[in-house]
Amino acid sequence: MVAKTEKSAVDLLKSPGMTSLFKSLKLKTKQQELLIRVTILFLVYVLAFITRLFSVLRYESMIHEFDPYFNYRVTQFLTQKGFYEFWNWFDSESWYPLGRIVGGTLFPGLMVTAYLIYRTLQFLRFAIHIREVCVLTAPFFASNTTLVAYFFGKELWDSGAGLVAAVLIAICPGYISRSVAGSYDNEGVAIFALLLTFYLFVKAVNTGSLAFALASAFGYFYMVSAWGGYVFIINLIPLYVMVLLITGRYSMRLYVAYNCTYILGMLLAMQIRFVGFQHVQSGEHMAAMGVFFLMQVFYFLDWVKHLLNDPKLFHTFLRITVTCAVGLGAIALGVGTASGYISPWTGRFYSLLDPTYAKDHIPIIASVSEHQPTAWSSFMFDFHILLFLFPAGLYFCFKRLSDATIFIVMYGLTSMYFAGVMVRLILVATPAVCLISAIAVSATIKNLTQLVRAKSKASHSASGKGTISKASSKGSLDQSLPFQRNGAIALLLGAFFLLSRYAIHCTWVTSEAYSSPSIVLAARGAHGNRVIFDDYREAYFWLRQNTPPDAKVMSWWDYGYQITAMGNRTVIVDNNTWNNTHIATVGRAMSSYEDEAYDIMRSLDVDYVLVVFGGVTGYSSDDINKFLWMVRIGGGVFPVIKEPDYLVNGEYRVDKGAAPKMLNCLMYKLSYYRFGEVTTEYGKPPGSQILYLLGMGLSPASTSAYISMVVVKLIFIKNQIWTKS
Amino acid sequence: MREIRFNLLLLFIAFNVLFSPALSDLVIHKLDRRIDLSSQIVRTTTSLKVENNGIDTVSDILLPFPDHRAKNLAYLMATISEGKGKTKVSSGSLPVRLVNPEGMPPALSWYAISLPKELGTGESISLDVKAVFTHVLRPFPEKITQADIQLLAFQDGAYYLSPYIVKVQTLTVKLPEPKVESYTKLENTKFSGSEIKYGPYEKVPSFSYSPIVVHFVNNKPFTVAQELVREIEISHWGNVQVTENYNIYHAGAQITGEFSRLDYQARPHVRGSSAFKNLVAKLPPRAHSIYYRDEIGNISTSNIWGDSAKTLLEIEPRYPIFGGWRTSFTIGYGLPLQDFLFQSQGKRFLNISFGCPMDEVVIENLIVKVVLPEGSKDISVSVPFPVNQSKETKISHLDMVGRPVIVLEKTNAVPEHNQYFQVYYKFNSLSLLSEPLMLIFGFFFFFVACIVYMHADLTISKSSASYMAKLQWDEVQTAIQQFQNIMNRCMAVHDKIEASLRDLSRTGDVQACKAARKAADSLLKDLSKELKPLLSFLQSSPQAVQILSKVEELVAKEKELQEKLMLKHSTVVDCYEKKFGGRETENRVASVQQKIALLRQEVDDLFEIIDEI
Repeated sequence: MVAKTEKSAVDLLKSPGMTSLFKSLKLKTKQQELLIRVTILFLVYVLAFITRLFSVLRYESMIHEFDPYFNYRVTQFLTQKGFYEFWNWFDSESWYPLGRIVGGTLFPGLMVTAYLIYRTLQFLRFAIHIREVCVLTAPFFASNTTLVAYFFGKELWDSGAGLVAAVLIAICPGYISRSVAGSYDNEGVAIFALLLTFYLFVKAVNTGSLAFALASAFGYFYMVSAWGGYVFIINLIPLYVMVLLITGRYSMRLYVAYNCTYILGMLLAMQIRFVGFQHVQSGEHMAAMGVFFLMQVFYFLDWVKHLLNDPKLFHTFLRITVTCAVGLGAIALGVGTASGYISPWTGRFYSLLDPTYAKDHIPIIASVSEHQPTAWSSFMFDFHILLFLFPAGLYFCFKRLSDATIFIVMYGLTSMYFAGVMVRLILVATPAVCLISAIAVSATIKNLTQLVRAKSKASHSASGKGTISKASSKGSLDQSLPFQRNGAIALLLGAFFLLSRYAIHCTWVTSEAYSSPSIVLAARGAHGNRVIFDDYREAYFWLRQNTPPDAKVMSWWDYGYQITAMGNRTVIVDNNTWNNTHIATVGRAMSSYEDEAYDIMRSLDVDYVLVVFGGVTGYSSDDINKFLWMVRIGGGVFPVIKEPDYLVNGEYRVDKGAAPKMLNCLMYKLSYYRFGEVTTEYGKPPGSQILYLLGMGLSPASTSAYISMVVVKLIFIKNQIWTKS
Repeated sequence: MREIRFNLLLLFIAFNVLFSPALSDLVIHKLDRRIDLSSQIVRTTTSLKVENNGIDTVSDILLPFPDHRAKNLAYLMATISEGKGKTKVSSGSLPVRLVNPEGMPPALSWYAISLPKELGTGESISLDVKAVFTHVLRPFPEKITQADIQLLAFQDGAYYLSPYIVKVQTLTVKLPEPKVESYTKLENTKFSGSEIKYGPYEKVPSFSYSPIVVHFVNNKPFTVAQELVREIEISHWGNVQVTENYNIYHAGAQITGEFSRLDYQARPHVRGSSAFKNLVAKLPPRAHSIYYRDEIGNISTSNIWGDSAKTLLEIEPRYPIFGGWRTSFTIGYGLPLQDFLFQSQGKRFLNISFGCPMDEVVIENLIVKVVLPEGSKDISVSVPFPVNQSKETKISHLDMVGRPVIVLEKTNAVPEHNQYFQVYYKFNSLSLLSEPLMLIFGFFFFFVACIVYMHADLTISKSSASYMAKLQWDEVQTAIQQFQNIMNRCMAVHDKIEASLRDLSRTGDVQACKAARKAADSLLKDLSKELKPLLSFLQSSPQAVQILSKVEELVAKEKELQEKLMLKHSTVVDCYEKKFGGRETENRVASVQQKIALLRQEVDDLFEIIDEI
């Protein structure tokens, strides 16, 4: 509902009724406009925040999903121990026995931001818990993003487009999916940083101002500190500059903006330990450097052209210089790559450019659902009408081509490609799509309202003059097309209808699809009451309270961050998938025969095994479902594990007809331990009453572990069943 | 343990010989001891009738406890009982203190009950002594599986341990269920229902000891809070906020083997009889904003019932608590201030219960923190039993110096400690306003700062080109604003002339119309005079180049419009004076009228264009 009023407020701004209302107030037109604009922006700011609070209202103020738990844990560490301890933190609780140098292997932007917000609030004497700060960081930054979108839209087109962009991005599901309250992930602040950097850069290019270029460099620094997606910026900006150079739009403004941003941004980015010297050493960052040198060549040529008045001489000179420069660049790149100084592109980068690459070469990337290529339906789901407005916006951009609109067109097109490659990159495309669509909406509505207003004014003045002027006013009317005014009104109503549909869709998607913490599940009970499935936290809390503090827990890597954050126990692998071999070892243990698995686990010092099984309640994202990826990743490193062994005629089965290796592997044994008994005992799978079973130990004589969450204590396995032959 | 017991027994026999004459002045006539084992807390109630057979008056009665038992003594209370049987009335409790009498056997702790008045020769008194022990019941076997029931062993003496001679004594042991594995059978032992009776025994000498062991079934929850921190925060805005942090474990027989949730869920009384699934907290009535959570979030399994006398909060931990398992959680609730805060003699005092609101929970370390509002003075505490006291400050929302916190610590607390205690302090009601005022001023200064920022000129270089340009642009804007004003007034005058013409056609008053014309003329003259300096300014200003052409066009069009209007006016008036017909007039005016309409349209358009700039 708020979204709708918002939308109508934008329309009202352009409608004549509102202006006449404001004329009655003693305000100058400029002030009236400012007042309306500030009010709308404020409302959008609030709207962007509150629309992301569904999950807090429906569940509780909690951290969602997997990665945010790590971020939360790190933030807690930061607030307790201070910045230097955090910077030098060696985390022995993950990747046992390797450990992880946390300070040097993460993007600290998010945590430091939350920490600073927390300290500011503490300073202002608001005694709130760090968890609340973490939960609300993403919505807060989403609100800030709407402001940036407004200014960006204003820079690209006009303030009307800016306002529409702010409204669109405030409720766009593509962005909300990563910025609901509790989604305490890097992307939450990174999209803000990304858009801010772009805005400041475009502003710098438009004005040639050193101050904006400097600000852009700082924006870039913040982005580098927050998210690995900064690589997109460092490649898009050079690409944009290249396009400007090719289309003959080189100017001093561009020179100042790019050089300042690049040099300062690069130096600042080197301060982030995780990024380090990659800006001068990695293949992914070389485009920016190449364009930097090219700019110098351009400047030099410009200067020479200024000195030489003979165009013929200059052309020869141009040819020689360009050939030399390109040749030198190529040689430098070749030598750098050959000597190993410049590292080649990483697999992740390749998999972005080529959607099929990951599936063949890096199963661990391909195994993540958010790395899958995007389906059309998710585009529709996340963008709704923006998907149709996007081409229209592109048309308007091309119609009024400027340095700024070229940028947004390039941003839109490249990010749309990446959004097609990976589901999660829809997020990066969202701001561009919103801005371009906003241009379409704003330009269309502006044109239409002008038509409507022109007519109304004419008729108004005609009636004002009374009977005498009736005939004369007709003369000025008949220049326009017939039914133009009615058509304009119909189109305006249509636009209003579409935008309100968009608002309704966004609210619905946010509430239904993107506001579930995924760690707590809710369902409707038989009497319509809400049943909460809190099994994950139940098991993690049990681990936290009732296992020795130095216990090591083995589980598939998905649960690693959650076990360390909520269970407070050491894990073998976690969601920071930096060591493929280690993960493969776990995958191998899960897919081996029990006695082999036992040896592997002993060698890893494992005390507990955690397996998620949803067979009783019908929870589909359990470990049996992920099992084939364990086999694939395990088999990628240890050829002993072969995927076909677990399949029957290329089919994945877990029933009686499953492959013998499948039936005897550790994962299957743990998941389906005495599962048959449940079904025979009850006649059918028990309903929602039985949430899960927390199994401690396995013994053949008594009941044990087979419902969704299983924590197995390895000591018992050793003593009681797995007496080795 | 057994050996120690045996040694003790030997010691006691030795004491009998050595010390019995020393304290034989007092004789216990009749003694009934009742040991209640129905929960994890062991409560012994001893009613005794003491007579002074000596010569000296006696003011203290000594109660010895073995050291190993005394360290588990949580609560000791003695009262004088008057009357007999059901009409027994207990008066207030007597002071009890720890003493160290000389010449007594070691390994005993002594408590002395001070009598309200000294006991003379031959006088007698009846006393009720209530002692509460924790951690006295020992699970046996110590480890059980999920399906087993919990068995406990309890050891004590069949005779009352006393430095005095006991003439007649009995002992009753009350069990939770009428199920017992074994118990020591002495003479005069009876087992009926869920009670075991020993005695009566007559003429038992002092320090007699005869060990008994009861091995029985007890599936009552052994809820022990290792630590409970209760924070009671007073807000004079009408709320007492209580936050309780529990760190609980099950002190019964430890679970061994595996735990199957499914079995437990299916048959909780068979597979998990020793576990406890829920806890019930009895909160004061009108408790509100109740929450139940732990370190990793909200726990959704809780229920509330309430009536006018109490609020019942049933909480279920995330998993059933078996022997040896632990959990921790926080519950919090708000209480209405007027139920707990009172005033007396210029001081305010908080009157609230000390212990844990849950039944039969043993608290090893109870910390009660009372957070008083910022600015409280003259703080004093009165607790009915000894506690450790210290002070802290807590900084909460919008605090400048922090709130004073009274910290009360008590080890080994049992439900008997659930008594009211008082915290007295002085607080000025006006300080209530300080925080809202701070907020108001905060926002006020923020807005003032915004206004100052909007109006202040923060440019560093006042002579830079861009700054000058900006200044000029501002001037141009104000000039255009004025220009627009004047133009609007011109248009208003035009409207007036039109109106006068319309009046003319209605009333035919030529004179009035002429007067209106005259007034309009002079007004327009004034306006054009005003316009001149503005126009010359705009012409001179370099910033106004782009807008100047439009402005000038507007002025020209307006002039033309004015002329045409005047022409129309004079024509119409002329016609009236010559008494021409309506049609005739219209014909004459028609051409002028058309031009006026066109010009008006153009002027309007120009207005709009200038507006947009």
